[in-house]
Amino acid sequence: MFASLHGSGNLRALAFEFSPIVEQTAPDTVTLDASGLERLFGPVQDIAAALMRRAAETGIHANLALAANPDAAICAARGFRGVSILPQGDEAKFLASLPLQLLQPSPELQETLERWGIRRLQDLAALPQLGIAERLGPEGLRLRLLARGEIERKLAALEDPPRFEDELELDYPVDLLEPLAFVLSRLLTGLTTRLATRGLATDELRLQLKLENRGIHERTLRLPVPSLDQRAFLKLLQLDLAAHSPAAPVEHVHLEANPVKPRAAQSGLYVPVAPEPVKLELTLARIKAFVGEEQVGSPELLNTHCPNSFRMGWSPACPAPAGRMPAPRLTIRIFRPPRSAQVAFDSGRPSFVIAEGIRGRVLEFAGPWRTSGDWWTADPWERDEWDIALSDGALYRIYCAPPGWFVEGSYD
Amino acid sequence: MGAAVLQRQFESVLQWQVRPAPELVRTGVSEIDTAIGGLPRGSLTEIFGPASSGRTSLLVSILAAATERQEICALVDTEDSFDSASAEAAGVRLDRLLWIRCAHHAEHALKATDLLTQGGGFGLVAMDLGDTPPRTARRISLTSWFRLRRAVENTPTVLVAVARQSNAKTCASLMLECSRERVTWSGGTPLLRGVRVRVARRKPVREVSASFQATAVE
Repeated sequence: MFASLHGSGNLRALAFEFSPIVEQTAPDTVTLDASGLERLFGPVQDIAAALMRRAAETGIHANLALAANPDAAICAARGFRGVSILPQGDEAKFLASLPLQLLQPSPELQETLERWGIRRLQDLAALPQLGIAERLGPEGLRLRLLARGEIERKLAALEDPPRFEDELELDYPVDLLEPLAFVLSRLLTGLTTRLATRGLATDELRLQLKLENRGIHERTLRLPVPSLDQRAFLKLLQLDLAAHSPAAPVEHVHLEANPVKPRAAQSGLYVPVAPEPVKLELTLARIKAFVGEEQVGSPELLNTHCPNSFRMGWSPACPAPAGRMPAPRLTIRIFRPPRSAQVAFDSGRPSFVIAEGIRGRVLEFAGPWRTSGDWWTADPWERDEWDIALSDGALYRIYCAPPGWFVEGSYD
Repeated sequence: MGAAVLQRQFESVLQWQVRPAPELVRTGVSEIDTAIGGLPRGSLTEIFGPASSGRTSLLVSILAAATERQEICALVDTEDSFDSASAEAAGVRLDRLLWIRCAHHAEHALKATDLLTQGGGFGLVAMDLGDTPPRTARRISLTSWFRLRRAVENTPTVLVAVARQSNAKTCASLMLECSRERVTWSGGTPLLRGVRVRVARRKPVREVSASFQATAVE
């Protein structure tokens, strides 16, 4: 069973959604091997309905023909509007009324046949094989077989498309995210289906929006692991666009997926629990939407002695052998930003501290501990630190650094 | 005959469902583990106490023990007060810790904790309200605490909330109250050596307490 699509639009992408064996017969015609599709869609009428439904969804206008051999399907798709299903064995009858030009004979051959009064396929099909062979040679015989719908051949299959992309020109500019989500959902459905057909997944989605003001808004979504979760992709794109909304209404949407092999992982009985990567990415995107992008991640300490130096990142490490657990450590709670303080001294020792929410007599203290660093850079730092116990019952770390005194945090 | 069948069916449905005892995990402080057995999975544990009572040191030890078990942990930091350097010194594997800094927004912290617990898969989710004013922390309704408790129920996640006072009330399966026993200063030039912390179990009712030393320097 072969299906041929003749029309305009991304016929090749549509064909690849249904079959891995696709021939680009002409710029406006593709033919696909539809054998085996009946197990997925049912009878041939249902296959045709599924193809036409998907074509309508992706904005493709095309004629469709299904036949037992590719050339009969191609002739029918080019000759008849809408959907044509050629019964096996009756191809010649079905194609009979079509004009001869559809077979695209050479100019000399067409002139000869016209002089003979042969204008339709049925006329050519009715001619005797021997007579055609004698007068018109092998090309004439091939045309006769085409007219009878009897030619058998293999499809010149295309290589898998290296890029998975889809685009949609909108009828009118869209300035709200909700209608845009419908468009994205449609594009994502096509891309994920095509990836799934080839047993692939994606780890990166590239979205390009052409705007009404001639600008281009580009966003790239990277996933920690390859996935085909269309709903998660849509939600991630929605959250990303909500955080980085386009500057003007959108006129054209282009979406591209980076094809990669899906992750093959099997969790073991004794492997510790971990969040499902795509679900976690979605959760993090949701949290970032209200706390801010830079506020979520894993702290990574910087190679400096400067206090409170870290950067945020997030890539959960692979399990490593457990080390020895140290004894419980006294931890400090950092005030961000540090609280500006007034410190009274008595005989060179801190005696009273006042800061926002903190007021008390110094009962015990340790210090000063002088530290400095980065003096070889444009951003040097130095400070004198004190650990103090105040009469309010808490332990604090205070420090003196230009331009004054600060409470860095409380030991807890 | 029919009545007997009906009675059997109703009894099987209406009888009191006995919940299996939750799995307990180590806190990283051997004294507490010996006294209370550990923290229950699939339940809410509340740690509370005044400032400098050792709540954060206990929380960091719990995080260190969880990351040592190779679990992914999340810390929802309401007041942005987490010190990654002292946490790493306490044994927390920072690459297995997801830190969410809520910049003094208790509502954001609650929402983030809700999303994390609903998402699932974490070994430990901690909500730190340690520096949040008690008035703000009390505004979190019991319904919200109940929702959090329900989200982790029957999952391997340990949910921990740290605050100045108890907020979750009946929703917490385990309540630990921290208090400072003494501060150790030493040396000719005084040096803060550590804090002796007392941890008392307030729920379940049978009171058990333990104390441990949180050291500032080796």
